[in-house]
Amino acid sequence: MTPIMLELLFRSLWETILMTAASGIISLVAGLPLGLALVVTGRGGIAEKPWLNSLLGALVNGFRSVPFIILLVALIPLTRLIVGTALGTWAAIVPLAIAATPYYARIAEVSLREVDRGLIDAVRAMGGNRWTIIREVLVPEALPGIVAGFTVTLVTLIGASAMAGAIGAGGLGDLAIRYGYQRFETTVMIAVVIVLIILVCGIQWFGDRLVAKLDRR
Amino acid sequence: MNSFVSASTIAGEGLEEVVSLANVKRRFGATPALDGVSLTVRKGEILGIIGRSGAGKSTLIRCLNGLEQADSGEIHIEGRNITGLTEKELQPLRRRIGMIFQHFNLLSAKTVEENVALPLKIEGLGKAERLKRAAELLDLVGLSDKAKAYPSSLSGGQKQRVGIARALSARPALLLSDEATSALDPETTRSILALLKDINRKLGLTILLITHEMEVVRSVADRVAVIDAGRIVEEGPVWSVFADPRAAITQSLLGGIRPQLPEYISARLSPISGPEQILSVDMAGPAAQGALFADLSQALPHSFRLVHGGIDHIQDQPVARFFIAVPTRDSTLPEKVQQFLKARGARVEVLGYDADHA
Repeated sequence: MTPIMLELLFRSLWETILMTAASGIISLVAGLPLGLALVVTGRGGIAEKPWLNSLLGALVNGFRSVPFIILLVALIPLTRLIVGTALGTWAAIVPLAIAATPYYARIAEVSLREVDRGLIDAVRAMGGNRWTIIREVLVPEALPGIVAGFTVTLVTLIGASAMAGAIGAGGLGDLAIRYGYQRFETTVMIAVVIVLIILVCGIQWFGDRLVAKLDRR
Repeated sequence: MNSFVSASTIAGEGLEEVVSLANVKRRFGATPALDGVSLTVRKGEILGIIGRSGAGKSTLIRCLNGLEQADSGEIHIEGRNITGLTEKELQPLRRRIGMIFQHFNLLSAKTVEENVALPLKIEGLGKAERLKRAAELLDLVGLSDKAKAYPSSLSGGQKQRVGIARALSARPALLLSDEATSALDPETTRSILALLKDINRKLGLTILLITHEMEVVRSVADRVAVIDAGRIVEEGPVWSVFADPRAAITQSLLGGIRPQLPEYISARLSPISGPEQILSVDMAGPAAQGALFADLSQALPHSFRLVHGGIDHIQDQPVARFFIAVPTRDSTLPEKVQQFLKARGARVEVLGYDADHA
């Protein structure tokens, strides 16, 4: 592989990391509260509100059912509004984050829902309010699942970021498509795949270790 | 109702009531879980509520701190009516009531001391003060060395001790125990019950516990209320209910720990006639303290044979239950024996005639 190709590979790796990390953090910050809202407003939740729950559920399902490549294009006006341009790495972060947020919200919802009702009762019986229940019970008790779900989301984002090449965002997936696939440069393809495997394994390994450390059950 | 009840109610008048329920009803769909429950718990006493699963006891205890709302009736806690209060209004009130659970319900992500300190955190106490109080309570329940441990590393009995420490940390006026020993082995159950009794004596804490095990009631409670199909069917001091259970459900719940006529004898009893009449003899309190059988054999020699039975001591009161066989060769003898026993304050019941005894 030529030094130019190597440089391209590193630049693409950086773009992938940037897109994944930025959209991942946004999906965590927005998706966790959304997941919490889905749980607490749901049936038997601590702030049961069926209409709000249905509304949030429909919204999440709506965004999750649109294929990412279509979302990418459909969100161009919004992206332009936020980032100022519809092209490049930063522009890709907007649709990636918007796709990952409802995805992560559902994963967080599952973990939060699995928290033993008895624990919520115990804190209610102590005189705790809803906020106490969220802070002392729901989030800490579901934390291993919340972290494991975030790991899954990051890995999914790496895959999705390959499609962001369509709007000139770059990244490893884009490199593999343009050089490895369209120009038949097998070496580049293999190199990209190896880098992606290492990246995904690294994230998964780190996520698993963190979960093991957090899990006191 | 039990004859001992009225006496004790009169004796208890003027004592402060921590809990009082009047005609509390609660239904789930078409099935009533509580069907008009009236009950009082007095300051410093341990009241045991016993019933089969599904009898409504869990619903009852959860109504007392508003985890469950009653449909109608009144629930007074320390004189304040809590029915119809909103979740927000209930919160300060719940801090006066500690609760322990069958499955302990400890927060797995928090250490033992953090669990114990949580009610104080909710109260708004500073961290240093919280941990100081948590240390005191862990000392009380004998788990000082586990303060930094996580609940998952504890045994069931230790978890329940932490649960008790946590329930007591905010100095409640009342402790609710929701089947607190049902998930524990017999030995651990005894140690947890001893701890509850000890706390009741030391701190004068009022305790209301629900259970399906008579043994639990027997060993710690002062009074017992039997609940069946959402109603209190029997209520009284534990020793008197054990001595003279009136409701069928009470008799059935007591089956395991009260002497019963051995199966092989009851199976061959004839209702009409036989060489021996089998009687059950129940005595409790002062009546059970005399030399009853010695006197009987002196008054009516060779008038009976002991088949089975024993004397238990509940709340420092003897509770005796015996089964005797009276020969029927002399047809007047059974009647004389019964009259003698009844005159001495025993409750006598003819169970039948043993045809096979030689």
